[in-house]
Amino acid sequence: MSAPSLSATPSGTDQGDAAMKPGAEVVLQALKDQGVEVIFGYPGGAVLPIYDALFQQNHIRHILVRHEQAAVHAAEGYARSTGKVGVVLVTSGPGATNAVTGLVDALMDSIPIVCLTGQVPTHLIGNDAFQEADTTGITRPATKHNYLVKRSEDLAAVLHDAFHIARSGRPGPVVIDLPKDILIKPAPYAPPPKPGAPHRSYRPVLDPDPAAIREAVRLLKGARQPIIYTGGGVINAGPEASALLTEFVRLTGMPCTNTLMGLGAFPASDPQFVGMLGMHGTYEANMCMWQCDVMLNIGARFDDRITGRLDKFSPNSKKIHADIDPSSINKNVKVEVPIVGDAARVLRALIAAWKEDATPFSRAQIEPWWRRIEEWRAIRCLAFTQDMTPGAIIKPQHAVKRLFEITRETGRDVIVSTEVGQHQMWAAQYIGFEKPNKWLTSGGLGTMGYGLPAAMGAQIANPDALCIDVAGEASILMNIQEMGTLAQYRLPVKVFILNNEYMGMVRQWQELLHGGRYSESYSDALPDFVKLADAFHAKGLRARSIEELDPVIREMIAHPGPVIADICVAKDENCFPMIPSGAAHNEMILGPDQEKNAARVTDEGKVLV
Amino acid sequence: MAGTDTRTATIAVLVENEAGVLARVIGLFSGRGYNIDSLTVAPVDAEGRLSRITIVTSGTEMVIEQIKAQLDRLVPVHKVSDLTLEGPHLVRELALIKVVGRGEHRVEALRLADAFRARVVDATTESFVFEMTGNAEKIDAFLALMRPLGLAEVSRTGAVAIARGTRQIAA
Repeated sequence: MSAPSLSATPSGTDQGDAAMKPGAEVVLQALKDQGVEVIFGYPGGAVLPIYDALFQQNHIRHILVRHEQAAVHAAEGYARSTGKVGVVLVTSGPGATNAVTGLVDALMDSIPIVCLTGQVPTHLIGNDAFQEADTTGITRPATKHNYLVKRSEDLAAVLHDAFHIARSGRPGPVVIDLPKDILIKPAPYAPPPKPGAPHRSYRPVLDPDPAAIREAVRLLKGARQPIIYTGGGVINAGPEASALLTEFVRLTGMPCTNTLMGLGAFPASDPQFVGMLGMHGTYEANMCMWQCDVMLNIGARFDDRITGRLDKFSPNSKKIHADIDPSSINKNVKVEVPIVGDAARVLRALIAAWKEDATPFSRAQIEPWWRRIEEWRAIRCLAFTQDMTPGAIIKPQHAVKRLFEITRETGRDVIVSTEVGQHQMWAAQYIGFEKPNKWLTSGGLGTMGYGLPAAMGAQIANPDALCIDVAGEASILMNIQEMGTLAQYRLPVKVFILNNEYMGMVRQWQELLHGGRYSESYSDALPDFVKLADAFHAKGLRARSIEELDPVIREMIAHPGPVIADICVAKDENCFPMIPSGAAHNEMILGPDQEKNAARVTDEGKVLV
Repeated sequence: MAGTDTRTATIAVLVENEAGVLARVIGLFSGRGYNIDSLTVAPVDAEGRLSRITIVTSGTEMVIEQIKAQLDRLVPVHKVSDLTLEGPHLVRELALIKVVGRGEHRVEALRLADAFRARVVDATTESFVFEMTGNAEKIDAFLALMRPLGLAEVSRTGAVAIARGTRQIAA
């Protein structure tokens, strides 16, 4: 979007003050003082003053993306893999509108983003000027908060305010719309307010109510069939929250499940982990939710992909819900014990209260519960059969499983992003995350095209990590232009495409719910991904049959630059288990391999196979 | 699950008096499908820094709790107060009511206006503009009476409300 716009003339009235400098320099000073090292952006007429100031400094690195949507996803990947605020810089009009999908994605998944958008000069606002859009109007429901800076004296304060709002409480995206004249005119600068200085109107509650914590512990100590269910809030509360969660789960001996956004908060290899829950969660996790008598939810929001049919959701449990956002509590599911607070502080309080509480709690009281969980586990809901004969077709589950196993063997720091669809669910099911901030996926909005730019942002923040985008052949084409960014910055991101020549999840729903009428879900006229990689200065690899899979994965990892690995997988594979949309947890559909095992546990509920 | 009984809530919201704040509030209601029965807004402090929004809405208890939590989450919102829930309070609105007619109807309109304590703020030989304050029911009742007498036009402010006694809503 680099068409030039009319350049605004400085007003000339604000000169002579030594502390004043051009607005664009004030912007960069504020970013620097907020600890920003990297921004993702795309230039254009309205933001040229900022690009000019960027050119003349060395503190902030600018990554030039190929599309503004990708700038926001890259900033999300950066933020999600570091816990820092991701920063985006785009121009007015189309620059801002292209960023909207990324902003909504960050809003839905509570990712801290500050997005600077250019705007036409203040005197042209409302005149339908070239590349003018009502950016604050358009992004109002797409952000946690947004600003239009109309006075130079507000500029520095707005920037600091934006960072505070983006990162505190429930994190989210914040837009600052910057008219071009504000960027040119001299503006005063003030450093960030002292940490802990109270905001005039925005004061999220961080410390939980001790009485609610005591009540939660009382319920948990009385539980016979408890489940601890945690989400992205634990990840957002920082690595310490994940460590505290692990401590609390081990202290209590209770089973733990994570949402899609919460994977990595509790180690996947721990015997107390029952896997991901929800629509494509494990049988054991969903049966725990269905049968539990006490549920502790920390930092998850009872999303419809988790609860399934609401009036049949966990019918016999007392529910405790801790969330930093009071509006998440009692929104979908009525709970007995609401707790407002930061996940780390809630967990610290729970651990202390659990130890202080005199009520005895023995593992024996949940032993029968664990025996039932083991029965559910014995169904092995994620098992599949892979024909290992040379020439056999690769199953997508096997491809992901091998990707996980081989990357684990390397001992490297592995960060996985995904696009959206079947491959995303398989990645969530077959890759075990031991730590937080290693899993980047578009959970709430379900944005195809998220994974490649997110991996790019993570790679910039973690130059030594092995960053892999598990993709589908359809999703990857939604932001494929970012291969150019990988080439420019020599980012060794690996794009691992499970190519089944279908929008797999659409095809699966059409098979199961629409009579097998595969309307527009076939990926026709696909590019040759190996040649495509070549065209973007990357390495292209392809695995057509089972014996080629491991060598391709190994070669992909060993290659020092960006790679596209085109893994040709079975075209008709479905992702199971599956709770059909609008069904209850006990109405799970299992895969063909589980049919016979599941028949034995039908007394647990109506298991449709 | 929560009950399906609905109730009306009069909610006072103290907000920063800044550009876009009303759009945020209205967008929240339309985006999430909540009802707005009426909404009023004006600055209320000496410096013009704070505005007070009075919203009359209706929904199930769970929806009203959600509305309050969502309002409170908006960055420029200082305070959300459910006057209906918090105790005795006064609700008033102001209406300007134009009645056009001659002869008997005109006399009758004036007589009823007097009974309702509506003030005549404009008059011509064939019209009146009445000014009236009261709760919504009182205004509705007066309008029903004016309809056969030549009710021509109505402008209403929507409700403003305040708690009785010493209770206050402060930023």
